[in-house]
Amino acid sequence: MKRKKETKTPEKAAMPQDMKLSKKAGRRNMKRVLAYLLAYKARIAGGLLLKIVGTVAELVLPVIMAYMIDEVAPTGNTLALWLWGAGMLICAVAALVGNVAANRMASKVARDTTERLRTDLFSKSLSLSARQIDEVTLPSLVSRLSSDTYNVHNMIGMMQRLGVRAPILLVGGVAMTFVIDPVLALVLLVSVPFLTLIVILVSKKGIGLYTRLQRSVDGMVRKVRDDYTGIRVIKALSKTEYEGESFKEINERVVHDETKAGVTMGITNPLMTGVLNLGMAAVIFVGAYRVAGGAAKVGEIIAFTSFFTIILNAVISVSRIFVNFSKGGASAARIGAILQMPEELLPEKTEKESDAYIRFDDVSFSYGGAAALEHISFSLKKGESLGVIGATGSGKSTLVSLLLRFYDADSGGVFVDGRDVRSYDKEELRRKFGVVFQTDFLMAASVRENIDFERGLDYAAITTAAGYARASGFIEEHGGYDSLLTARGANFSGGQKQRLLIARALAASPEILVLDDSSSALDYKTDAGLRKTLIENLSGTTVIMIAQRISSVRFADKILVLDQGRAVGFGSDAELTENCPAYREIYASQHEEELSAGKGAAYAEE
Amino acid sequence: MRKNESTIIKGSKKAVIARLAGYFWRYRIRVFTAFLLMVGSNLFALLGPYLSGKAIDAIDLKTGVDFGAVAELCLWMAVFYVVSAALSYLLSVLMIRLSQKIVRRMRQDVFEKILALPVGDLDRVQAGDLINRISYDIDTVNASLSNDILQAATGVITVVGAFIGMILTSPALLGVFAVTIPISVFITIKRSRSVRPLFRKRSAKLAELNGFSEEMLTGIKTIKAYGREEEIVGKFNEKNTAAVDAYYAADYYASLIGPSVNFVNNLGTVLISTAGSFFYLFGLISIGDISAFLLYARKFSGPVNEYANIMGEIQSALAAAERVFRLLDRPAEGADPADAAELRETEGMVAFKNVRFGYEEGEEIIHDLSFQAMPGQTVAIVGPTGAGKTTLVNLMMRFYDPQGGRIELDGKDIRSYTRKSLRAAFTMVLQDTWLFEGTIFENIAYGKEGATAEEVKRAAEDAHIASFIESLPDKYDTVLTDGGVNLSKGQKQLMTIARAMLSPAKLLILDEATSNVDTRTELLIRDAMAKLMRGRTCFVIAHRLTTIRSADLILVVKGGDIVERGRHEELLERRGFYSEIYEAQFE
Repeated sequence: MKRKKETKTPEKAAMPQDMKLSKKAGRRNMKRVLAYLLAYKARIAGGLLLKIVGTVAELVLPVIMAYMIDEVAPTGNTLALWLWGAGMLICAVAALVGNVAANRMASKVARDTTERLRTDLFSKSLSLSARQIDEVTLPSLVSRLSSDTYNVHNMIGMMQRLGVRAPILLVGGVAMTFVIDPVLALVLLVSVPFLTLIVILVSKKGIGLYTRLQRSVDGMVRKVRDDYTGIRVIKALSKTEYEGESFKEINERVVHDETKAGVTMGITNPLMTGVLNLGMAAVIFVGAYRVAGGAAKVGEIIAFTSFFTIILNAVISVSRIFVNFSKGGASAARIGAILQMPEELLPEKTEKESDAYIRFDDVSFSYGGAAALEHISFSLKKGESLGVIGATGSGKSTLVSLLLRFYDADSGGVFVDGRDVRSYDKEELRRKFGVVFQTDFLMAASVRENIDFERGLDYAAITTAAGYARASGFIEEHGGYDSLLTARGANFSGGQKQRLLIARALAASPEILVLDDSSSALDYKTDAGLRKTLIENLSGTTVIMIAQRISSVRFADKILVLDQGRAVGFGSDAELTENCPAYREIYASQHEEELSAGKGAAYAEE
Repeated sequence: MRKNESTIIKGSKKAVIARLAGYFWRYRIRVFTAFLLMVGSNLFALLGPYLSGKAIDAIDLKTGVDFGAVAELCLWMAVFYVVSAALSYLLSVLMIRLSQKIVRRMRQDVFEKILALPVGDLDRVQAGDLINRISYDIDTVNASLSNDILQAATGVITVVGAFIGMILTSPALLGVFAVTIPISVFITIKRSRSVRPLFRKRSAKLAELNGFSEEMLTGIKTIKAYGREEEIVGKFNEKNTAAVDAYYAADYYASLIGPSVNFVNNLGTVLISTAGSFFYLFGLISIGDISAFLLYARKFSGPVNEYANIMGEIQSALAAAERVFRLLDRPAEGADPADAAELRETEGMVAFKNVRFGYEEGEEIIHDLSFQAMPGQTVAIVGPTGAGKTTLVNLMMRFYDPQGGRIELDGKDIRSYTRKSLRAAFTMVLQDTWLFEGTIFENIAYGKEGATAEEVKRAAEDAHIASFIESLPDKYDTVLTDGGVNLSKGQKQLMTIARAMLSPAKLLILDEATSNVDTRTELLIRDAMAKLMRGRTCFVIAHRLTTIRSADLILVVKGGDIVERGRHEELLERRGFYSEIYEAQFE
């Protein structure tokens, strides 16, 4: 029962995005991806032309052959036989050259299209608003970027190589059979409606099946990411077997979806081959009467069978293309769904201005459920520092998200440098900030690159920032600024990571420095030292410090006390001590050994 | 991990194939059935040209059309083709099921391997790299198993069958046609050899790209905050270009093969037609035989042509399989020695004896560390960041093993117990909170096998997270997504504390357990913590000195050494490093 629930959840989480997509929307999304091919239409057309030349040359071969056997051979003209033989050779060479050149162009188009598509998808992913990301979920984005773009790449290459060749062979082959003997060709054509029906039915089903499969793959990706990050806890709780079991179900679902898709798509090839082969038997049977009646020649029947083989191979190719297309199409729709997402949080024209440097004006916000912030108002002058303190879940981090405009407030206004954050260009707004988040991220790159963070800063700025962040010492111990961090900075301790992040935030001398609980892993001594440096060296910077310890925010000019999304106090340390009971309570809890010795010792004395 | 990858051992291809064969061997009955079906389906299909040749001969005007024979032969053709189609569908279903079985096992193996890797190894790998292996690489292998191998085998049978058919039809024409065979074989072999490293490179580059995009998406908030989108996209673009170029290089060579071999085949057609015409001219061959021979020649060249493409696919599958096997071959956490004991009950007495340790060779972090914790005692470990506090936990839980000295539990080296049973004796709340995709109930119940709703509720209440949970619309059934993004760090921490509450383990590790919980909440959960610590030997790592004032033993660690040890009051009196950091918090 419990197990059931767990396996259901990833699907549920991934569902809204995909389920909302009607079939129409899915097709529109797919088209959006295919539109990328338009940029290369000249090259595609060129390749197509070459492909046609090569393929037609191939098609001519059996015609010449029939002519040789039926017309030339009986005359006994050996020279003519040689000449016709040479003509066939030329056609064979033309087929080679045309196909090689066309394939090369096809690969190039596939490469360039995929390159652009993937980069666009990646950059679109980075530009999604926080709400959009919440909706799609990160693992799903990851798998769209990897396995979906790969499927599309495959599809584009194959569609050009086979997608052109197979229909030409098919149509050309059928056309040739008409030239040879229209009546026999009609016999073969009886099978066409059946073939079309098969293709339509199966590929219609296929896209749905592959969409479902990709969704299951999302679930698998999610599980791997989850367990990768939580490996210590899993091992500590001896849950590896349990995790293995729960993966089994996710795995099972992928296998189930994949088998279903495969079995469904797998029917096309044998069915189409079977139908065509029956047609072939019918052709020979009818042919017998035609030859007896003098309406056809035996050589023509042979040529007919040759074309028939070509047609058959083309049909097999077509069925493969359809499998590929169903898979690629499902992936293209998933990619298109991201690409078509509207750009959110664009700059808006706002009239309102504020004379304060930073101001929250009656701001309320919720993530969709209960309110995260309610009627928050405060303001800061430039260069002032703000401390934010409050219980877990009181909305401290949400404050930062609104300030950086990761989300828009539901009501009220947020102002930075006197202007509404909504009026800024994103770049312009965020350039003012240096931020360290609660859960921030370090790359598998050098210390220097991590502090620089792609901003092209001077070495001097980087070392100075590291100095301010009290990170110089351990950076030297690790082997200097070029020493490498492993993924997630796992080779540095929690406190060291926080100091690297603080160095990053400081390195570009931002106007506003936001530290969201980013000294929690620092011991008091390091923390106090860090604060001292900040006060001494960054007097012009507006500092917003979110913390749990009163000692971390006491230095601030203004302190905002949050409780369940509401502001319950705002003022200096002295003012709050005077008139804010909540603040006094927090203070008391953190310094109780001074105030009421012994009260808190109870738990440790066991 | 990637570094290992670039050094590719010669002859690895054979080893990879042998291992894949090993997976097949487990399902040998199915494989055998598949083989029979394949032979059957192809033989029926191969009879087609023979019958059609006979039918055409029966049409021959010189002797008059034998309608009875034609009708009979055509009927047989129809029957054989239908049977052949049915068999081949059965075959493809069987192969899909078979390959899915194999793939499921591989995926499971990979996943379990990831869980079994030493934590230190996993720290050095990107999540994206692992995802890539378990999805893209295994997919590639799968496509190959369910499709290419079948096609290759079908091809072999068709080629052999068609060859026999040609001999039977006209050895003379075969002599002419045979000229082309060495050419196509040569082309195919040569090309597929040059393509192999290209496919390997293609996989590696794609893996690199996917690793990068996963990492960057994880840090999306930071990238946005610093407005570095363009630069990161630029970097992505570089890797993307490298990946598509590698793909192109492989594609380019692989796509040469098809037309080249096709050319050789067409050459064959030219030769057969020309020679056939001459033979016919001199009455050496019947028209029906030329027809049958041509059909056989086409059948013969079809798979040879496909062979080149299939080899390309198989090459990339082998490269992917190799990457999967490399992961599977990484040593798991050292297996428990054969005589490792199952740790059932423990007093909870822990001793470090002259322990030395470093994460990297030659970089010792812990030098000659010794201390002892008696059952039920609380040992606090304090010191500046980076002093090695968390390392002590890693050693105790055997995430890493010390390079010198030993750690004892109840007087016995912890290495003499199985890892699993040793870890089961601990419960922990770590600085890094971890919640998985699942409901709140499942996340808390994770601490104890078969925990009831009552127990979970009580644990949540004790950890002071119950009222928050109750305030959610779905309460305990609320689904936490993506590592719990909809919770604050503090709330996550409380959940993990609730999880630890459920555990019956005798040893407790609190590594900055309350660093994310604000002090007011911490105060609220104190009696819960007291309950949690009662009867357990506790190791507390904390910066907040209020939480460790009354520990039985405080170890002050600095630079990997214990610089001071004793109780709170003693240490304060000593006016050493401890009192220095203690006072810093009131500055």
